[in-house]
Amino acid sequence: MPPRMLPEPTPETRHFWDGCKAGELRLQRCTECDGGSYFPPRPFCPACGSRNVEEYAASGKGVLWSYVINMRPRPDMGTEPYAIAVVKLAEGPKMMTNIVNCPQTPEALELDMALEVSFAKQTDDISLPLFQPAKG
Amino acid sequence: MKRNSIAIVGAAETTKMGKIPDQSVIGLHADAALNALADAGLKPSDIDGVATAGASPTELAYYLGITPTYADGTSVGGCSFMLHVRHAAAAINEGLCNTVLITHGESGRSRVGGGGRFGGGGGASLNGQFEMPYGPMGPPTMFTIPVLRYLKTYGLKPEDMAPVAVIQREWAAKNPRASFRDPITVDDVMSADMIAWPFTKLMCCLVTDGGGALILTSAERARDFPQKPVYILGTGESVETPMVSQMEDFASSKAFRVSGKKAFEEAGITHSDVDHLMIYDAFAHLPLYGLEDLGFCKPGEAAAFIRERNTAIGGKLPLNTNGGGLSYMHSGMYGMYALQESVRQMRGIAPAQAPGAKISIAHGVGGMFAASGTIVMSNEAP
Repeated sequence: MPPRMLPEPTPETRHFWDGCKAGELRLQRCTECDGGSYFPPRPFCPACGSRNVEEYAASGKGVLWSYVINMRPRPDMGTEPYAIAVVKLAEGPKMMTNIVNCPQTPEALELDMALEVSFAKQTDDISLPLFQPAKG
Repeated sequence: MKRNSIAIVGAAETTKMGKIPDQSVIGLHADAALNALADAGLKPSDIDGVATAGASPTELAYYLGITPTYADGTSVGGCSFMLHVRHAAAAINEGLCNTVLITHGESGRSRVGGGGRFGGGGGASLNGQFEMPYGPMGPPTMFTIPVLRYLKTYGLKPEDMAPVAVIQREWAAKNPRASFRDPITVDDVMSADMIAWPFTKLMCCLVTDGGGALILTSAERARDFPQKPVYILGTGESVETPMVSQMEDFASSKAFRVSGKKAFEEAGITHSDVDHLMIYDAFAHLPLYGLEDLGFCKPGEAAAFIRERNTAIGGKLPLNTNGGGLSYMHSGMYGMYALQESVRQMRGIAPAQAPGAKISIAHGVGGMFAASGTIVMSNEAP
């Protein structure tokens, strides 16, 4: 199996990937407007254009927003069908991910089910934020 | 262009210059843009037109939080920005938009975060960092991602998408050039090979070879040509995001809504004026989003509208009359074929001609709900 396609962090996204490595899902928010949290990372607020933004550790909670089950796996993803999912985080932003510790079937993957983040170490530099059914 | 009609009101370079290892390509675009906006006393939300080369205008608009009605990605090398200025001047004079942002950013020395032209670039692009690691493999696994949320929002099921494919096959049967012409049923669609649940193979477009071309001139000159002229009544365009996971609303395309509204406004028509419609159908859910986002159906009602044969042969709104991307052909950038069928319908020579059609709309999508363009045509002389 070829190595998994992995992100290459840029200066503007480094804090996010460092957070994943440290077990924290880091989002950003504006300190000047009420645009709320945003993702993916960038050094200014996409709601108002202000450069006064801050990083913070999000809850890691969310719900399953939508997905497909890829029946023809990409070579670096193994041989079994897998869900390519979007989670809606408790803080508002949406994020693409995979759902782990859960059968990859329409029956098991119910929209709006509660999810929590689970970091999967890929290399010394990169851990991917995956999500699993929330415990309790 | 019209002399002295357009002015530059903001201009700035990146904050730093020379060696900038702490900013990626899109970061440099954004830094220069924010400085120019400050110079002009504007916010991103004041901008309704974007132009850039190197990065895609979709990525630029999304990154800065801009909802444009004009997006120019002309990329012809180092002089691209001169062309952007010229095109922007024409666009503003034509009323396509009011305020255009033109950006450049290049990490020529530090080579940080190149990205790709359509957001599909390397591992440092937005898609490369925040979508590709999770295993998408081309349009069948990306364009399709929002649909479960759409279906749940309106209490629909995957089989509600099947009549889209069935009815377009009926149109294709009348078209000798269509790739697939044999009738299919809802059962056929639902029992076809599963590609990316809930999408079966018959809900996905073909992959074929082909091409198309158009020639435009002024309406005044058009009278002197051998073919019946097809006049442009109105146009629209917009872009939303290069990342399908970042669509604002999974049950509706913002790019579709903005582009469609602008085209209807420019054309000065209402929905009941439209005799023929093309909606780019790379997958079976696109005509549903298109009918609703263009305003032909209320949200959630397009599946029933199609099932009840309003878009079928003899229906009140003939849709995708060449058979569409699902049955006619799809070479990769199908928008050209939607335009070609609208032209044939307006000339009155389509294989499945809508009798007496006077107004046709061709509505296209780019990327995975990333961009949209809408063209309203008529065969009646102005």
